[in-house]
Amino acid sequence: MTTPFIQFSNIAKSFGTNYVLKDINLSIYKGEITVIIGKSGSGKSVLLKHIIGLMEQDSGQIFIKGKPLSQLTSNMKKEFQKTLSYMFQDNALFDFMNIYDNIALPLMENSSFPENQIKEMVLTRMEQLGLTGTQNKFPAQLSGGMKKRVALARALVIDPQIVLFDEPTSGLDPVRKKNVHLMIQEYQEQFGFTAVIVTHAIPEIFKITQRIAMLDNGIIKFEGSKEDLLNSHSKTVNNFIRGEKF
Amino acid sequence: MVSKIIEKFGAKNIELVEALGRIVIFFLTGIKNIFVLPFQFNKIIDHTWFIGSKSIFVIALTGFFTGMVLGLQSYHALLRFGSEAALGSAVAITLITELGPVFTAIMITARAGSAMAAEIGVMRISEQIDALKTMHINPVRFLFTPRIIAAFISFPLLTAIFNILGLLGGFVSGSLMLGINKYVYMDTVFSSVNVNDILGGFYKAFVFAVIVTTICCYQGFYTHLFKGFGARGVSLSTTNAVVFSCIAIFISDYIITFFLV
Repeated sequence: MTTPFIQFSNIAKSFGTNYVLKDINLSIYKGEITVIIGKSGSGKSVLLKHIIGLMEQDSGQIFIKGKPLSQLTSNMKKEFQKTLSYMFQDNALFDFMNIYDNIALPLMENSSFPENQIKEMVLTRMEQLGLTGTQNKFPAQLSGGMKKRVALARALVIDPQIVLFDEPTSGLDPVRKKNVHLMIQEYQEQFGFTAVIVTHAIPEIFKITQRIAMLDNGIIKFEGSKEDLLNSHSKTVNNFIRGEKF
Repeated sequence: MVSKIIEKFGAKNIELVEALGRIVIFFLTGIKNIFVLPFQFNKIIDHTWFIGSKSIFVIALTGFFTGMVLGLQSYHALLRFGSEAALGSAVAITLITELGPVFTAIMITARAGSAMAAEIGVMRISEQIDALKTMHINPVRFLFTPRIIAAFISFPLLTAIFNILGLLGGFVSGSLMLGINKYVYMDTVFSSVNVNDILGGFYKAFVFAVIVTTICCYQGFYTHLFKGFGARGVSLSTTNAVVFSCIAIFISDYIITFFLV
């Protein structure tokens, strides 16, 4: 059996007396699009933030290619984290920087590439994402869909191995929602990264994913393919998919 | 009842110690990163322009009128003792050793310090600081280090501008409006101020630069930890930044003066 790229084992996380993650066991495989679904406030984003290192679990282990993350040396951890990109729910673009600088920032700060090479890399990503001509604009001057594409361009400019998407389609209309999904699928196929998407966009997201996990009440209630999900006999899973109370 | 009071008192003390620890670590991380390559020249220039150049007009105006008021008040006070000829000395020493550095720091706090706290606070609540972390960019180095260097450059220069304009204001009100001989005014200014007075004023400016930048950036950076979230949290941290900076300026001014005199 293939070793998961990232594996959560008995992960628990609480904020004071609020136990958000109780006992999370989840596997994410290389080159796949894994989707995490669940009610609002069920801890999906918290789970995602554990992968990127913005939060640390109270107990349990995260395994990277079979090795416990806690046992990696600080250099190895840094190297792993450099292969990750995170796309925030509200994009988190730097509003005092223009679009070019927003996308170029991770390369400017962390790479030793010469400026002209960075420019070439950024302009290539901008062209691929249909952002040509916007380099001198500021985030506030762009539409919601374009901001998403800028955030995606910033996430992809470092050629990451894993991209984490925190509700990439929140606040978008159905057409733009579909476009963002297709965009993620297209670029995932093109660049071959592993994607983890936290979303509420059901059932649209099923078209692009290979693996789905459902988080409820601090535990993973379901993990498997979309076919398994649709054929699931679990009342909780079925009710959630149909938007019924459970 | 008593145990609850003790509990509350203890919790407040723990909060205070935690906050002190956080601000010291924040400051030391910022200072350490001054020496980490590559140097952030462009950002330092940007912030020097924002803190320094954009404050020149306000500082010049405040300095000029402070000097004028000082000239006017001191003239009438000195007149009672028949010592109005010493007006230049009174204005120069008061401005260079005390009012120049203190008023400059307060004006920069009001103009640039509040802006720093608000800008960094908004970055915090809109997850831009988290975004920096996910890009493996040290947010303290990115946001605080260039600002503290810029403040180190700007504060003494603005203090000098304040002093010069203040002396000019004193000259306008004392000599041109109240009739003190202009040569006597200039002579008493130059003869009463020594190098130690000037250096003392600049020491204060450097200390105030550290205090104002650290408090304002810290308040913005940890906006999410204070009571009140979102826009209210930012407004609270901006207010705190200005109030705490001003209090710290006055307290440290007394301490420095105690050691200098």
